[in-house]
Amino acid sequence: MSYISNTANQSQEMLAACGLSAMEDLFQDIPARLKPQSFNLPEAMSELEVHRHLKRMAGKNATNLTCFLGGGYYEHFIPAAVDAATMRSEFYTAYTPYQPEISQGTLQAVYEYQTQVCRLTSMDVSNASLYDGSTALYEACQMALNATGRARIIVDGGVNPIYCKILESYMANHAEIKLTKIPAAPGQAQRDKIKAALCDETAVLVLQNPNFFGTVDDHSDLVEKCHKRSVLVIQLVYPIAMALLKTPGELGVDIAIGEGQSLGIPLSFGGPYLGFLAATKNLVRKMPGRLVGRTVDRNGKECFVLTLQAREQHIRRDKAISNICTNQALCALRAHVYMSLMGREGLRELAGICHARAEFAKERFKQIPGVLVLENAPTFNEFTLQLPKKADAVVGELVQRGIVPGLPLGRFYPEMENYLLVAVTEMRTKAEICKLAESLESVL
Amino acid sequence: MTPNDRKYTKTHEWIMVDGDTATVGISDHAQDALGDITFVDPATVGKELKQGEECAVIESVKAASEIYAPIDGKVAEINTEIDSAPELVNHEPYGLGWILKLSNINQSQLDALLDAAAYDALTGK
Repeated sequence: MSYISNTANQSQEMLAACGLSAMEDLFQDIPARLKPQSFNLPEAMSELEVHRHLKRMAGKNATNLTCFLGGGYYEHFIPAAVDAATMRSEFYTAYTPYQPEISQGTLQAVYEYQTQVCRLTSMDVSNASLYDGSTALYEACQMALNATGRARIIVDGGVNPIYCKILESYMANHAEIKLTKIPAAPGQAQRDKIKAALCDETAVLVLQNPNFFGTVDDHSDLVEKCHKRSVLVIQLVYPIAMALLKTPGELGVDIAIGEGQSLGIPLSFGGPYLGFLAATKNLVRKMPGRLVGRTVDRNGKECFVLTLQAREQHIRRDKAISNICTNQALCALRAHVYMSLMGREGLRELAGICHARAEFAKERFKQIPGVLVLENAPTFNEFTLQLPKKADAVVGELVQRGIVPGLPLGRFYPEMENYLLVAVTEMRTKAEICKLAESLESVL
Repeated sequence: MTPNDRKYTKTHEWIMVDGDTATVGISDHAQDALGDITFVDPATVGKELKQGEECAVIESVKAASEIYAPIDGKVAEINTEIDSAPELVNHEPYGLGWILKLSNINQSQLDALLDAAAYDALTGK
């Protein structure tokens, strides 16, 4: 697209047509304190200078640390074929293309991605993907509110607090939506508190498995309880864990969502990531985003189309189910290639390795005096440690030794400042786990 | 032919009263304008509607359109046949393609609706 500049005369003409005299008048609604104090920018740099400048800035990032961070985002190995396949020029787009049916290859890839998500979660139908896991939670809540005609969302205390913040932020402009948050506590869902919170205006219960503290739970009793009161259930899941754990579909959940970053997408300061959303068939018309379907053309040949578009903004306008009009095409493609490479058995094996390493780490950390491994329920690849001092301080000390030992939970829950959330994936060797244990021993 | 046995609205619904209940659908003109209908999503049985309130959404290959209650009433029955065969609304808009039935109707509102001739005049027939 070419840049067409305006002469001073043209600018004046346009301003006059708007009934204004100066460019600043266009910005009069912005309070003075929020306006930029000056537009004095530094001198332009040459390409070489910009390159050096950015490299210097990037050098401030610590990228060589041994990472035990999780909390919804995990470091997994990404086979080189994921990059090779997704960087092919035929595929290299961030969005669902306009006139999508012309791009049959893209639609086929999205359709296959949807199929894989359905198989991973045992749900009937998946959309073409959403922005990330947290926005998938908001969209899933909207679906449930829409489907039930009720107003209240109950969020279990085991749901990722970052997601809860984003949900609250989205809901800030919707006074009609009500939210009940069950207080957070390490361990399984607190049945008594959830049951006490369920009421006639409850549209949906949001659960997470494994939950933010790493705990694995069988939510089928809660699903049954909710369905008896016509309350829907959203389950937020870690896709790698789905290869071993009971799936949302097996538990009878209505909407399964999650963060797809673990499926072949590198960790990168919060994104771009991938939200997946899958539901039971009866909720398909309440689903947000794009849906690719398979059909036959007039010659009887298999082809792919965007389907059920009457839900969407370009047809439904202000009554659209959601304002999502695209998908995370490139990240969904990465997830698709990753799952294709891994296969059912590969994913199962990977999940087994993650679990076994985490169990090894738990056993090792139990031997550290003063450290308590919270073990009132099974975990998958992540678990919570109670330390004899503030976790934030321990993280600070170990980072100096090249290890990020985990996520200090005091950042989210002031009462948990001695708690550390530790994640172990196939990337962490036993030697690295032992080194973390020894380092912990020396600073505690 | 626009049937004479019922009333019409300016928003292209028809209503036919039979005793205490009334059947609601869309006109032939409306189905033609919408094109191939792919899905009908009626209000739930038991819902109380005021005249002019949304009582169904019709999706076609071209558009999604709201259908409004011609008079006050309570949704007594929905046409489950069109769930699996929405094309009935295209083929038989005045017959098997009806959308829902209302009970507790306000018959006094019927007089202000259009008869077949007035509706034809509205749609330029």
